[in-house]
Amino acid sequence: MSGDFRATSGGRVDRSRPLHFKFDGRDYTGFAGDTLASALLANGVHLVGRSFKYHRPRGIIGAGPEEPNALVTVRRDSARLTPNLRATQVELYDGLEASSQNRWPSLGLDFGALNGLLAPFIPAGFYYKTFMWPQSAWHRLYEPKIRAAAGLGRAPEQADPDTYSHRFAHCDVLVVGAGPAGLAAAAAAAASGARVILCDEQPEFGGSLLSESAAHCDVLIAGQPADRWLADTVRTLALHPRVTLLTRTTAFGYFPHNLLGLNQRLSDHLARPDAGQPRERQWQVRAKEVVLATGAIERPLVFPGNDRPGILLAAAARTYLNRYGALSGSRAVLVTTCDAAYQAALDLHRAGVSIKAIVDVRAGSAEGVLPEAARRAGLPIETQSTVIGTSGRLRVSAIHVQRLDASGGPAGPARRIGCDLVLMSGGLTPSVHLFSQSRGKLAWDESLGAFLPAQAAEPVRSAGACRGVFSVAAAVQDGTRAGLGAAQSAGLAVSAAIPEMPPPEKSAACLLGALPAPPGARAGKAFVDWQNDVTSRDLALAAREGFRSIEHVKRYTTTGMATDQGKTSNINALAIVARELGKAMPQVGLTTFRPPYTPVSFGAFAGFARGELFDPVRTTPMHDWAARNGAVFENVGLWKRARYFPRPGENMDAAVARECLAARGHCGIFDGSTLGKIEVVGKDAATFMNRMYVNAWTSLAVGRCRYGVLLRDDGFIYDDGVVARTAEDRFHVTTTTGGAAGVLALMEDYRQTEWPDLNVWLTSTTEQWAVIAVQGPNARRVLEPLVEGIDITAAAMPHMSVARGRICGIPTLLMRVSFTGELGFEVNVPADFGLAVWQAIYEAGQQHGMTPYGTEAMHVLRAEKGYIIIGQDTDGTVTPDDAGLSWAIGKSKPDFIGKRALQRPALASPYRKQLVGLLTRQPLHVLEEGAQIVPATQRDAPAAAIGHVTSSYYSASVGRSIALALLSSGRSRVGETLHVATPDGDIPVEVVSPVFYDPKGSRLNG
Amino acid sequence: MADLSTARRQPVVTSTPLLRQLPAASRFVLRGVPQALVAALGALGLPPGDSSCRAVRNDVRAALWLGPDERLLLGPADMAQEMSDLLQRALAGMPHSLVETSHAQAAFEVSGARAARALNTGCPLDLDVASFPVDMCTRTVFAKAQIVLWRTGPETFRVEAARSFAPYVTKVLALAARES
Repeated sequence: MSGDFRATSGGRVDRSRPLHFKFDGRDYTGFAGDTLASALLANGVHLVGRSFKYHRPRGIIGAGPEEPNALVTVRRDSARLTPNLRATQVELYDGLEASSQNRWPSLGLDFGALNGLLAPFIPAGFYYKTFMWPQSAWHRLYEPKIRAAAGLGRAPEQADPDTYSHRFAHCDVLVVGAGPAGLAAAAAAAASGARVILCDEQPEFGGSLLSESAAHCDVLIAGQPADRWLADTVRTLALHPRVTLLTRTTAFGYFPHNLLGLNQRLSDHLARPDAGQPRERQWQVRAKEVVLATGAIERPLVFPGNDRPGILLAAAARTYLNRYGALSGSRAVLVTTCDAAYQAALDLHRAGVSIKAIVDVRAGSAEGVLPEAARRAGLPIETQSTVIGTSGRLRVSAIHVQRLDASGGPAGPARRIGCDLVLMSGGLTPSVHLFSQSRGKLAWDESLGAFLPAQAAEPVRSAGACRGVFSVAAAVQDGTRAGLGAAQSAGLAVSAAIPEMPPPEKSAACLLGALPAPPGARAGKAFVDWQNDVTSRDLALAAREGFRSIEHVKRYTTTGMATDQGKTSNINALAIVARELGKAMPQVGLTTFRPPYTPVSFGAFAGFARGELFDPVRTTPMHDWAARNGAVFENVGLWKRARYFPRPGENMDAAVARECLAARGHCGIFDGSTLGKIEVVGKDAATFMNRMYVNAWTSLAVGRCRYGVLLRDDGFIYDDGVVARTAEDRFHVTTTTGGAAGVLALMEDYRQTEWPDLNVWLTSTTEQWAVIAVQGPNARRVLEPLVEGIDITAAAMPHMSVARGRICGIPTLLMRVSFTGELGFEVNVPADFGLAVWQAIYEAGQQHGMTPYGTEAMHVLRAEKGYIIIGQDTDGTVTPDDAGLSWAIGKSKPDFIGKRALQRPALASPYRKQLVGLLTRQPLHVLEEGAQIVPATQRDAPAAAIGHVTSSYYSASVGRSIALALLSSGRSRVGETLHVATPDGDIPVEVVSPVFYDPKGSRLNG
Repeated sequence: MADLSTARRQPVVTSTPLLRQLPAASRFVLRGVPQALVAALGALGLPPGDSSCRAVRNDVRAALWLGPDERLLLGPADMAQEMSDLLQRALAGMPHSLVETSHAQAAFEVSGARAARALNTGCPLDLDVASFPVDMCTRTVFAKAQIVLWRTGPETFRVEAARSFAPYVTKVLALAARES
């Protein structure tokens, strides 16, 4: 069965290719080329959803992106589940499974429809008025219940198994929309040699031409029948090497500097998509010039009962007939306020649909060409009439019509006209969404009753129906004009003469807003916004309640919100509000258009940035060794760092304690490659370093290292690291792992903007070097036999020195430095040799008890020595003195970044928080990092905190817990007992020096 | 004692028909005053190379303009010492900074009719050959990584990525290459 409502011939569907599909569990058949909506209509199915608030039965009303009702969920499998798709845009494929939304238990019998009986109690803004008290019930009760009762489809619960792609593209001219105007624009621009991208949301180019009857079309373009012109134009464009044609591609957003976001749907229309091919591709197109040819959308009419299934936009019914060969009904009534809609009645009549009446709201006798044709065809026309209601439960069965008297109000007896199809047309609304998104100004055209593009803010021009040029011939001329103009503005030589700009059409002003209706509430709901169930009464109520701004009316009534963003409702809503307020349309204004034009899947935005490619995963040259040796990794910025190396049966605490003891007792090996490294080189390198860091660098001898502290200009610590002077004019600066990029940027910024006179240059060498830290009393014994060309004895290479030589034949920059407090070296080797040298050192170290240790042990070892970690023991409000680092400051230097800030009185206050150590009275109790410190005296909560714990560990070397803290006047409190507040009660702690291990530092110099 | 000088190991990247890893190379970042840059390139047998975003090259070496005061010098992996010696001689007395970065980056070649398109998966530049001609080079981004991109032929690009970012860049390119 191909559907009882399929016309015997005509349309662009392929009748030789039937497709089977399911809707709400029932089997149907359509044809290749159908949308889900056209296939349902061809099967006589109009009821496709329940409305958002009142759960009213709803049918398909449109044929494109404007559709507010026919939102469906399409399911391929349990993970591939897409809610809220417009059935009018879902291309049919064999085996498609779709279901309706927002109904329970079924579409035909929906208990939620009881909401309709409660309608008097749920007016506009009801949730602001009704669910106010008690306040706590909002989160617990009202909001969850409202969300469950109202709403759209359900989000899929499984991870999306599909892939999505991104692509950047550039062009001279981007044409959005491939109707007659867009095709003409693209053809004209391409003929001028422009690089053109033409995109259209439909699977096929042609726009409104696709809705013309092939057999009866009398539209001529350039002297050819429209369908031949369409085929020829598309063929010519497809052969053009500088033209990119994108079907199924929605331009959803217009961003500054002519950057447009396009969403290309690659596989949703396929029954069996190729595995591994992306489902969607998001394009970011930077266009020199943009031509918008986005067409127009027909306005529905606002009359009581206008939302029953079987009531469609007139143009949509025409599209279903001419493009899909689907009949929307058998007995039709057309309600219109303009001539153009008569064409729908004529086409349907020719296809055998009985036209019961044409209800023309306008006064006069309907004398245009199309009304005349309708009259000749014998179609009954009733002018100066209005609709006062409709009948029917799940499908319209009759329409109630009443004459309008001279004052424009309904008068006289109402007449009931039986029908199963109502076509409505309130005229066309140009689609100015993208133009408005581009910050272009819109101007109200009174004669057209529409907002049209006016001053552009970007290099963009509009063509065709989206600027009120509706007739095909004029739209083609307008498109040619726009295409040639765009090519010329893009810098191309245009040979053809640029046609005149056709003026917007002066069609008789159509009626906007609600149709005349009898006074009183008896008439029933006249919907303005189908998707949000907003009626004309809701808007009038909002105006009466004092809402003046259309933006406020939108938020109060929700008109124009949700997935359709008011494509069918905005102008009618605006007209109703304007009438209530007694203002002209432009005085009330239009709500802001925002991207996206139609909803875009999250996957398209994410692209490939998910799973392992969500962010780059940076690994060191020795990563694989660590992984092979059981390392547990932690994320440090984008880096993976080995956190600890558990042996079988060990938890983290046990592994860390063992690693710490090994480093102190024998020696440890540690991967420090992620440290940032910057080579500061030039005759003025020392001067530059003097100005950047707090330390005195002039006095640092070549071959020596110094611990450097870098402040921000507000005087607070920004970064730190060991700096080695490897030549008079060369410093090897190390930074924290996370600070590397920021420090280089800060340095480069000062170098270029503050001190361009200095002969100094910066180069990141972070990734040039693999860094192998060898720490512990046996460190020298391990390295001595491997190192050539450097005397590493204590006398020749003291703590904080640096030398160049070779290790295992590989050039090395060897530094004697320590972040553990032990005798230590950091072996820098070119990164490609890092793994080999690491393995060689590790093997050589086995006879000396060498143990790999991770970042966790490193943290404990440094805390035992009171060495701070930037970002853990500092938080952006810590000065060098707070951290106990005043000794590092070069006191005689004229300036350095932050020097003046340090002279502020607040930064010299004796009450500042200072770095101290804390020892718990219970030696095994490990404090929580971040816990607050309060005075020990009896107190009433809340007590003012006088400090906080920054680092806290169990120290195997000290044999008890240790902690670092920032404490107000901390250094003068050493010896005091304070409390650390916890949810389980206060913990007494003693304030001590932050150096817990080897306070004299004798091990460093071993 | 082991001599590990043959144990060089580049980061592992994901190869596809579109992408092949290039051999290890010698790299230097040269920054300095204009006459130092010209002198250095001359010492390497290269023309001055002072056009912005353009590479100059001969059979074995190349210099990429990455900024008014910055060139990336490339040569064969086994010629680092020779290049360093040549450069230091030529640069004596001229304000400059010469830093070896041979191991800091990994290089691969993206080639074929779909090369530009694949790179445009993550690189926002216009890679049309008219806009980005042969021997144009620049520091740019590829998805969330920084790269140096050099068009070495009409359908061939050399990509230099920091070594820890190379696996990421090539994995994304491999996905792009799968697209039909």
